[in-house]
Amino acid sequence: MSTGVPAADIDAPRFRALTSVRATGAAGVVSAIVVVAATFVAVFGPLLAPYDPELPNLDLAWIGPTGGHLLGFDVQGRDVLSRLLVGAQTSMLGPLVVVIISMITGVLLAIVAAWRRGAADAVISSGLDILFAFPGILLAVLATAVFGAGLPAAAIALSLAYMPYVARVLRGAAFRERSQPYVAALEVQGASATSICLRHLIPNTLPLIVAQATILFGYAMIDLAAISFLGLGVQPPRPDWGVMISENQTGIVQGYPLPALAPGLCIVAVVVAVNVLGERLFEQAQAARG
Amino acid sequence: MSDPATVSALQSAAPAAGAPLLDIAGLTVLLEVHGEKRAVLRDVSLTVRPGEAVGLVGESGSGKSMTARAIDRLLPRGAEVHGSIRFGGSDVNRLAGADLRRYRNQVAMIFQDPRAHTNPVRRIGDFMTEALQANLAVSAAEARRRAIDMLTQVGIDDGARRLRQYPHQMSGGMLQRVMIAAALLTKPRLLLADEPTTALDVTTQAEVMAILDGLRREFGLAMLFITHDLDLAAAICDRTAVMYAGQIVEIRASALLHDDPLHPYTAALAAARPDIAQTAPRLRAIPGRPLSAFEAPPQECAFAPRCPYATDACRADVPGLAELDGGLSRCVRAHELRGRLGGAPDE
Amino acid sequence: MSEASDAPVLQAAGLRKEFGKLVAVDDVSFDLPPGRSLAIVGESGSGKTTIARMIVGLERPTGGTITACGHDRSRPARSTRDRRRRGREVQIVFQDPYTSLDPRQTAEATIDEVLRLHHGWRADGRQARTAELIDLVGLDTRQARALPRSLSGGQRQRVAIARALAAQPAILILDESVAALDVSIQAQVLNLLADIRDETHVSYILISHDLAVVRQLTDEAIVLHRGKVVERGRTARVLDHPEHPYTQRLRASVPRPGWKPRRRRQPGAGEENGVS
Repeated sequence: MSTGVPAADIDAPRFRALTSVRATGAAGVVSAIVVVAATFVAVFGPLLAPYDPELPNLDLAWIGPTGGHLLGFDVQGRDVLSRLLVGAQTSMLGPLVVVIISMITGVLLAIVAAWRRGAADAVISSGLDILFAFPGILLAVLATAVFGAGLPAAAIALSLAYMPYVARVLRGAAFRERSQPYVAALEVQGASATSICLRHLIPNTLPLIVAQATILFGYAMIDLAAISFLGLGVQPPRPDWGVMISENQTGIVQGYPLPALAPGLCIVAVVVAVNVLGERLFEQAQAARG
Repeated sequence: MSDPATVSALQSAAPAAGAPLLDIAGLTVLLEVHGEKRAVLRDVSLTVRPGEAVGLVGESGSGKSMTARAIDRLLPRGAEVHGSIRFGGSDVNRLAGADLRRYRNQVAMIFQDPRAHTNPVRRIGDFMTEALQANLAVSAAEARRRAIDMLTQVGIDDGARRLRQYPHQMSGGMLQRVMIAAALLTKPRLLLADEPTTALDVTTQAEVMAILDGLRREFGLAMLFITHDLDLAAAICDRTAVMYAGQIVEIRASALLHDDPLHPYTAALAAARPDIAQTAPRLRAIPGRPLSAFEAPPQECAFAPRCPYATDACRADVPGLAELDGGLSRCVRAHELRGRLGGAPDE
Repeated sequence: MSEASDAPVLQAAGLRKEFGKLVAVDDVSFDLPPGRSLAIVGESGSGKTTIARMIVGLERPTGGTITACGHDRSRPARSTRDRRRRGREVQIVFQDPYTSLDPRQTAEATIDEVLRLHHGWRADGRQARTAELIDLVGLDTRQARALPRSLSGGQRQRVAIARALAAQPAILILDESVAALDVSIQAQVLNLLADIRDETHVSYILISHDLAVVRQLTDEAIVLHRGKVVERGRTARVLDHPEHPYTQRLRASVPRPGWKPRRRRQPGAGEENGVS
């Protein structure tokens, strides 16, 4: 049994802002910078790009970094840097959309299953089990067949593929919270199910939600890049980091690795940064719970 | 600070003399919490003689469970231990390897929650015979026979069937009886019972206590019985020690504890409990709340802030344990308060 | 039973609850006169907690009726408005102080949320009432602004009591509400409950296995064993002169000065009755 803390140590709850360097550490700060930079580029990329990212000029193909072209030219003679900057848009937006859709639907299903328990939970869990059987790539192929190739189809397919994971993970935590006496106390008070779920269940499972969202972002980025690499997602000549890797892969064996490596490194950098930041957010959310 | 040697000499000078089986002297334990070292036990001195039952009573933060864990070498990593714990003459904290295993066979611990201390995927029989077979080289058949016999002793008759069951197939009370049986199988010399009945119904508790008491006497075992319930400890222990804020504040013959306590905290604890025989107009609650060792003020009596009898002398220094009428008290005013503490309240 | 002239504020008649084949509560009836306190005594498996849950609507009775403040509550509430009204009639304080508060909410926020639920007051009105309730349960403003993790078990129970009282219920169910507290803290909370009763005239239903606590806080008692009422009467009479063998056994099992535990059966004489 805990004796609690003597009066002198009682603190009012304090929110340690993510901007506090001490709280996030050096890795956190660097990650934050990376994520902010990537977001900035995703928004302003087209304005920042020095050259036209889509105009091909085969005479310039594979030329290395020179003059105003910091990263050289790709397989079709386009400026790699410009394509990177513009490509950030779909590369960042795609995963973001996937995370938002899958998290919202997954959390909703988890909360409903946990709140209503019994038959509703059984039905939802069975439905999710069925969805689990479909790998993301397969769903992407199906979606492409239905909607045509492109980012929207790929994003929807991936959201569907991720949703059961989110729901499964959160269902456990939601069940635990829902079974706590404080929830029963609120029910006895006459609080509505919606208000209990929104005000209490979700905030108390926030650490898990945050962790799940950041993990998913990383997977989504890589999966979407893979889908685009396969030709099912973003269609060339539109720049997208996954597409760039696909287009320039022949350059690796020919001795011109940069056009393929550059987008690859960008993907890695953003995924790592998001994961580190996610961890910090998780810790802070945990701390707020006590 | 009281002199541990005097304390143990005083305790062993009482009737049924003999070298103490368990001799704790000046035990101080510090744990690291949030980066700082905090005392959880302060200068604890206690002896248990062979065949004697000693109760250890306290509220949250008193250090009673920590004392049991220190004796059984179950303190968390990084715990800093000062003072000594001697069992049968050997220093417990220096034991290692085979000696440590032998020690653990001689000191059997019974925990509060039997389910937390049994492997749910293993049968009762495996659990009970494990120590016998592994440490005492008893054959499987012989170990089973002894286990069934011991189960009968604790009131579980179809032992053979029970041995094949899993923990979840038994009620809490039955499982606790199994734990007692298991503890007794290795023929220990000392039983450490840490709140063994707290999680049980009161009727089951009475039964389990009777079993524990009966078997302990029958096998001549010593016991350290830890509980928050003063009357429960007094029921089966010859002497009772009361702990507060990581220290022993009183040690007294159980029969005298209620009517003639030697420390205001003991008296207050007994008085705070509602009486089943009558409704008091108001309970005599102790103001404030129980402190842990690390919260206690360093240079005064830990109970002084809550004590109705506190004077400046109490706030001058940490009082030592002193002898009084065959018992020990950490109250500097114990002599003058004698007779006024038990029974009726007043200043 | 008492000869109160007013109608009982809570009435249970023929209550029954089945979980599959298990009959947890079997034909339980009792009345709670206004301003009085009733104890429901029993050990685990007696059905006492199930009865409490049925009264507050967390469990649905298989049979029988429950009436509180003149309104029937034998079936679940049909609307949120209905549930809120019932919340203003009967409230509950649970046993475990460590899980009965939302860990992310301060005491003030917890109480404020309930006030918002039941009363259409403005923020300053709620603030004043919150302060009153905090004071009523013996906490100070510092503790009111703290998160549960900074509070001790006793302090958390006080918050839980304040939250229950925020709805201004006529009946407060105390489901082993002091069982998890240290002896000295338990005494404080019992005194507090007596004071609250004097001040607000709330009626208590105390669910407990602890006979001494029952004696201290209640006027009437019913004793449950395996879902059935085996004895009822004034608490003092039931505890001093128990008539039913189970009540006698319960009484005899309570540790007190001079008490010695006795075995009911000798080893080998036959197995203890119990869940196996």
